[in-house]
Amino acid sequence: MSDRIVITATINGEATEFLADERDSLLEALRERLGLTGVKEGCNNGNCGACAITLDGRLVNSCCVMAAEVEGAAVMTVEGIAPDGLHPLQQVFLEDAALQCGICTPGFLVAAKALLDRNASPTEHEVRFWLAGNLCRCTGYDKIVTAVLRAAATMRGAPA
Amino acid sequence: MQNLKYARARDIDEAARLLAEGGPTARVLAGGTDVIVQARERKRQVGLFVDIKKIAAVQELRYDAAAGLTVGAATPCYRIYEDDVVQRLYPALVEATSVVGGTAIQGRASLGGNLCNSSPAADTVPAMIALDADVSIAGPGGGRRTVAAADFCTGPGQNVLAQGEFVVSILFPPPAAGSGAAWERFIPRNEMDIAVANAASYLLIEGGSVSAARIAIGAVAPTALLLDDAAAALVGKPLSDETIAAAAVAAKTAARPIDDMRGSIKQRRHLAGVLVERTLCLAAERAEGGRP
Repeated sequence: MSDRIVITATINGEATEFLADERDSLLEALRERLGLTGVKEGCNNGNCGACAITLDGRLVNSCCVMAAEVEGAAVMTVEGIAPDGLHPLQQVFLEDAALQCGICTPGFLVAAKALLDRNASPTEHEVRFWLAGNLCRCTGYDKIVTAVLRAAATMRGAPA
Repeated sequence: MQNLKYARARDIDEAARLLAEGGPTARVLAGGTDVIVQARERKRQVGLFVDIKKIAAVQELRYDAAAGLTVGAATPCYRIYEDDVVQRLYPALVEATSVVGGTAIQGRASLGGNLCNSSPAADTVPAMIALDADVSIAGPGGGRRTVAAADFCTGPGQNVLAQGEFVVSILFPPPAAGSGAAWERFIPRNEMDIAVANAASYLLIEGGSVSAARIAIGAVAPTALLLDDAAAALVGKPLSDETIAAAAVAAKTAARPIDDMRGSIKQRRHLAGVLVERTLCLAAERAEGGRP
């Protein structure tokens, strides 16, 4: 049997101590130990980006991280991207219906936020390239890309 | 996930000791983008992950004009392609690392992982070969050795590492004045795919003639290939359409591709030639640009 281990990490801004199985992926630990079910399991092999989170500020797929690795690290999931209310990305995704079934949406939001945190004025090409690792099997990419560009404009204070 | 243990190594000796204690099913964990998936899908039996990322030497990214560029085995792709010095002196490495998987993969995936996973289609391996990189390896009992990147992979999923050995860093010589290098791949979409074929070329042009060339192709043989015949078609002559075409023919001759879901033998052989031509042209442009 794998052992239970205690992990201390900053999860969505809060110092958190939790128990996990030594063989848990971070995706499993976030969903099953911490109840953060906004993190989705899609492919579980690093292709689809539904489980995207940031680890110490960097975008990663939580299915390709072991839970034990995040000891002392800072993890942010979709639940943490807007401490109060909705993030402008979430607001625009809602207003412009930039989602269909919604399974990919949390990963897109986390990935898009990671982009806008670095680049407040991305081009459409930059948005598409950055989000290439997030798959929408409803194929609603145009609305997603347009929403990210509009959210970026909103955040810059430009007329939307 | 199969039953496995996790251990974090703080230095090279501790990693070597943990790997020795873990036996044949102990695996190094760097970025994890391949090995965690392989463990989950039971493509590899893993009893112990030895996480090496807290070891300073495997996170290095350091340039020295005399020694060249040292890239720690676990240094993630994004740190490589965002680095100013790498962008200025090693554009071929930027080209290869910036399209490994998508953004979230580049947040973790590393040169060491790409080497040790030993996929025939590994994107960064032809770049390491063309740039004449050496791979620094640590082993049990304080052992250290260096293997040329060109000799590291021995077959699909296979490489020169003995049990208990692991890659510490990859060393790139400083670029010579008059040299240039480039990397390209073919995939059916623009990003986030596995190479149908890839290639990297390095040229040193002195006095109007090619004085050295290193050309590598990937995804067209069981391992990436260093093409001696293609280089021989160029060296000692001014670079011309004819010599570039001769190098491309040599690349197509050397390629030993397979048919699979990503491409056919015929397409891959053709692509090997096209990508060698394109990377040679770009490498020549960069060499003439007077770097460094």
